[in-house]
Amino acid sequence: MMTTGTAEPRGQALAINNLSLEFPTFSGAVKALDDVSISVGKAEIVGIVGESGCGKSVTTMAATGLLPKGRYRVTGGTVRLFGHSTLSMDDSQLQDLRGKVVSTIFQEPMNALNPTIRIGRQLTDVIMRHEEVGPADARRIARDILADMLIGEPERVMNLYPFELSGGMRQRVLIAMAFSCNPGLIIADEPTTALDVTVQAVILRLIQNRARRTGTAVIFISHNVAVVSQLCDRLYVMYAGRIVEHGATRTVLETPQHPYTQALLRCLPERVAPKQELEAIPGAVPNLLQPPSGCYFQPRCKEAVEQCRSQTPQLTGADGQQVACWRRGVAVELPEQGGRR
Amino acid sequence: MAITRIIVPRLILLLFVVLGVAVITFTISHLIPGDPARMIAGDRASAETLENVRRNLGLDRPVVEQFTIYIGNLLQGDLGTSLRTNRPVAADIRTFLPATLELGTVALFIAICLGVPLGVLSAVYKDGPIDQIARTVSVCGISMPVFWFGLILIYVFYAKFQILPGSGRLAMGIVAPERITGFLLIDSLLQGRFDAFRSALYHIILPGFVLAFANMGVITRQIRASMLDVLQEDYIRTARASGLRKGMIIFNYALRNALIPSITLLGLALGDLLYGAVLTETIFAWPGMGTYVVTSIQTLDFPAIMGFTIVASIGYVLINLLVDLAYMLADPQIREV
Repeated sequence: MMTTGTAEPRGQALAINNLSLEFPTFSGAVKALDDVSISVGKAEIVGIVGESGCGKSVTTMAATGLLPKGRYRVTGGTVRLFGHSTLSMDDSQLQDLRGKVVSTIFQEPMNALNPTIRIGRQLTDVIMRHEEVGPADARRIARDILADMLIGEPERVMNLYPFELSGGMRQRVLIAMAFSCNPGLIIADEPTTALDVTVQAVILRLIQNRARRTGTAVIFISHNVAVVSQLCDRLYVMYAGRIVEHGATRTVLETPQHPYTQALLRCLPERVAPKQELEAIPGAVPNLLQPPSGCYFQPRCKEAVEQCRSQTPQLTGADGQQVACWRRGVAVELPEQGGRR
Repeated sequence: MAITRIIVPRLILLLFVVLGVAVITFTISHLIPGDPARMIAGDRASAETLENVRRNLGLDRPVVEQFTIYIGNLLQGDLGTSLRTNRPVAADIRTFLPATLELGTVALFIAICLGVPLGVLSAVYKDGPIDQIARTVSVCGISMPVFWFGLILIYVFYAKFQILPGSGRLAMGIVAPERITGFLLIDSLLQGRFDAFRSALYHIILPGFVLAFANMGVITRQIRASMLDVLQEDYIRTARASGLRKGMIIFNYALRNALIPSITLLGLALGDLLYGAVLTETIFAWPGMGTYVVTSIQTLDFPAIMGFTIVASIGYVLINLLVDLAYMLADPQIREV
């Protein structure tokens, strides 16, 4: 069951507008995010894709106040999370929101649970933090949600320590924890990257099904386009701290317009005929201490022209598909060999 | 049961440790120059008197026989008779050991109660003013010699301002409570002797603090380092992402894990306390094992020195056993396997 097309959202779960953020270092400021805008409707499932280090996690961690205090500087933009301006909130206000309004599932399930505390206690700690329930009710809630994550014998699992569980089981526990207080938004930050391929699909479906059933909005963050493409209503493609393309999942996948998106898709084995060599994107992500002029992708782009080097392209286009590229659409028409260097 | 699996081998090991220590101390005591018979009989004793003393002590018999007798007695809990006090060494140790244990316990208590919170605060507010102060204090604690720091405290609090007593366990004129545990603080409370309790408490503050100070520095550093490690862990990020309160994250989620690598250190600290007690007791005229051993060494009281060495080595083995049991308590991965 593919769900594509933008569901018309009544109100926003998350609205990030023109967010720019940098990390001061001894050798200068690293511009981690540049004018990033992302919106997620209530009950909508949205994907953010891009290479490692392109700013996917930084965006959502900034929005939920999880970046280390004092190590970063917001240089512009706003964040509204269900109406709360999280950028100007203090620690204790943020802690009231996290877990209750927004939850995050991280990628390394092996270390994401406390090794010295039983599973049940870790779940009930979160539940009792946000809900007005006693220990017995919290345990019941925890047990139900574990069962919902297809964990057999939830009572037994709750009495175990994390090291007694497999990676897949731990990730289910973490998903259960994320959903336990019925947040309006779940951020799944590479939730299956560390897991066996056989377990990945199951885990992703668990998140998707529960979210659809409870009307929870989800942001899937991944470097793997194939993973998110099956789950998300809309996709954002990030490159070097900027959004380069955005649109309904099917549109972006079928008619990618940014050369970076096209290159990403050409890296997927599924999309290449058997025995044909897989493509890799030449070059590396730019150093954000000294970013290239104009379009950040220009040094690696086969289509780049003079304008790409001198001017920064803005996201333009109708709501269905927006692209930040001076040569938008060119590569789709042109045969690959025809690209100018 | 996992617990018996740990305890039983240790107790068997303990026997060998005691035997080994007995061999070493016995050998050393016979290699070291100095004639115990002359120490007892005095400089001007005649050769005949010396011979008599030797015979009474059994020093005229072959070395191997002396050793067998010694081990045989040891196994019955008989550590021999002190040359100096003429009392059984075991009885002497029973008299003096509780004072040292009391001092050590109080010192360890102070060291943990100050060191752990200081280490935690230092890590949580890394590079802030609290961290700078904590680091300075712990470097001072580690590098200041006990005898120097002890004398400074005596000078300031006893000689100069006369706030606290500087020697002994009880003030003159206060009758010691009847001996139950040998810990004055406990015995006086058990008997409702609040005057004695107050006096004992005042007397233990300075030596307790001096003895605690160095270990506090070590504990602060260790807790700070392991807290910094743990606070980087993914599970702390999970706890923050699920909105748990800061206090809960620090004390329930982080400290619990940070304590595991610190347990070994606490074991070592206990050992350090035994050694530090020798110096501290001498400075504060604390009537404990430290003072007893120093005097025994000065008078070449071999049975007493050997007895103390054996008791101390048993103590070390037991401390190590405690460390292992504490690991099991703190780390479920060790407990449940």
